[in-house]
Amino acid sequence: MSAAIEFRDVRRVFGAIVAVDRVSFTIEPGEFFSMLGPSGSGKTTCLRLIAGFEQPDAGEVCLDGLDVSATAPYDRNVNTVFQDYALFPHMSVLDNVTYALRVRRVPAAECRRRGEEMLALVKLADTGARRPAQLSGGQKQRVALARALVNRPKVLLLDEPLGALDLKLREEMQLELRTLQRRLGITFVYVTHDQGEALSMSDHVAVFNSGRLEQLDSPQALYTRPRTAFVARFVGGANVIDGRYAVRAEHITVAIAGAPVPAGAVCIEGTILDTQYHGAVRRWQVRTADDQLITATRPESDTAPAAREPGARVALIWARGHQIPLMAD
Amino acid sequence: MTAFVSTFFYRRRSLAVYLLLVPPLLWFGIVYLGSLFALLAQSFYAIDEFTATIVRRVTLATYAQLFTQRANLDIVLRTTQMAIAVTLAAAVIAFPIANFMARHARGRVKAFFYVAVMLPMWTSYLVKVYAWRLILAKEGILSWCLAALGLDGVLEGVLRTPGIGGPSLSSSYLGMFIVFVYMWLPFMILPIAAALERVPASLLAASADLGATPAQTFWRVTLPLALPGVAAGSIFTFSLTLGDYIIPSVVGAPGYFIGMMVYQQQGMAGNIPLAAAFSVVPIVLIGIYLALARRAGAFDAL
Repeated sequence: MSAAIEFRDVRRVFGAIVAVDRVSFTIEPGEFFSMLGPSGSGKTTCLRLIAGFEQPDAGEVCLDGLDVSATAPYDRNVNTVFQDYALFPHMSVLDNVTYALRVRRVPAAECRRRGEEMLALVKLADTGARRPAQLSGGQKQRVALARALVNRPKVLLLDEPLGALDLKLREEMQLELRTLQRRLGITFVYVTHDQGEALSMSDHVAVFNSGRLEQLDSPQALYTRPRTAFVARFVGGANVIDGRYAVRAEHITVAIAGAPVPAGAVCIEGTILDTQYHGAVRRWQVRTADDQLITATRPESDTAPAAREPGARVALIWARGHQIPLMAD
Repeated sequence: MTAFVSTFFYRRRSLAVYLLLVPPLLWFGIVYLGSLFALLAQSFYAIDEFTATIVRRVTLATYAQLFTQRANLDIVLRTTQMAIAVTLAAAVIAFPIANFMARHARGRVKAFFYVAVMLPMWTSYLVKVYAWRLILAKEGILSWCLAALGLDGVLEGVLRTPGIGGPSLSSSYLGMFIVFVYMWLPFMILPIAAALERVPASLLAASADLGATPAQTFWRVTLPLALPGVAAGSIFTFSLTLGDYIIPSVVGAPGYFIGMMVYQQQGMAGNIPLAAAFSVVPIVLIGIYLALARRAGAFDAL
């Protein structure tokens, strides 16, 4: 069985900016695949290359083993949920959902049946007659989802679909999207800049940085074995020590300077810049003698009150086993 | 004192808004609507045929004269046909230009197009009309160009067509139509371009993504969303054609148009009631047109 999507050495240039720089990766059928990165990292351009809104300047984009680099969006069996939803304001919700069927001249009765089925799937069964302007943000999101799924695409592309929703709704929708993806078995390609979202939903995550693919791995591997300083910092905000290895904030113990260091542990001394209380943990920001900024998060009960005062000298201690070696950038 | 005034208006912001609205409302209400109704009221008077004085008694005699006399009815029909033809042609020509300006042109090209569309409006209207008379004249540049291309036979064939033809382009309804379309084209391009500018690019991307060909996207998304602009533009072209009296008197066949009739009846013949009745016709036609456009859903996307 061929890969659902394959990028082979793909390059896309806008003027002087290299948006996608010789990127290669494979997405397997039926997986939940996330593309993670800061804005301008090339993740959205990759999504647009899959949808067909952009053509690669070099390399190949393959769907189902076929090179579609020159295929128009309307000839690809791929649908997109847009960041701004892009619902047609002059059509009813049902007409929006059945758009893909109507342009293929599916009979009206079948359009209606499948449209209503889709609206039920996204729990909006009785809103078909309304206009998009009469819906809330979360409802628009669901309509956009139903509209993109109605033609049963092989691949669903989602471009930061939850970005405009508030936190509670976003978490609900994350769960629903994941459930929906498992149920339908469709390949989801999900673009986000939220590392928590990418880790919690995906089978695989591709981390992008300034047009390059930094690392493609399972969420666990990405978190526990980041390969570059960028990935270590971007995914879970690890500390990068001397540019050579990463240490997670939750693996660092804070003690009063001069405390005994256990065997097999590493110790760096520094001055507390500030600490913040987060409930379950407290977060320290410590500046070391060679001017590195290190973050530690520990349960508050683990530390002496004296090691919480800004300006206090503290020792940061971690086990050697928690050091993750990094490739040079 | 100024502090007191500022505080007074800050506390009563709506009062300040209404105060600012008073001068334009007075202008609109008294000077514009007032004189319009004064004119319309005249259409319910009639003229005494023998003394040529206006009889100030409400009557429908003037309207009867307008709609029963063959010559007057012909003028209304001729003007309406021309206005419809000009509006359709302007919409068809303007749409691709507006689409290019709003969706494809960037930076300097876009600025150039906007200036180029508006530039003719900086020139005197009369100069342009007379220039067109020369362009369309029998020995004018257009017939010379067509002759040089060996197409003079085509022109003669077109000019022999009854209804639109005539001895030359400058004395035919076709020539008048060309000048009307040229004159009002900017009024059609600009509202359509403004409407298209407001259509998010993601809607067109979504349409293509859902399997619509470019033609389907045009008919199902672009055109419906641009319809308010087309409606606004066509109100300009339609009403400007209905009311114009200079173009029909400088270019085109000798048949009268509504604007010429209003000018002649109230200026030379002194028959203000008939002039007023003639000027009611465009108002009614525009009203009918707006009702039809609304029915057809032209304003649904607003």
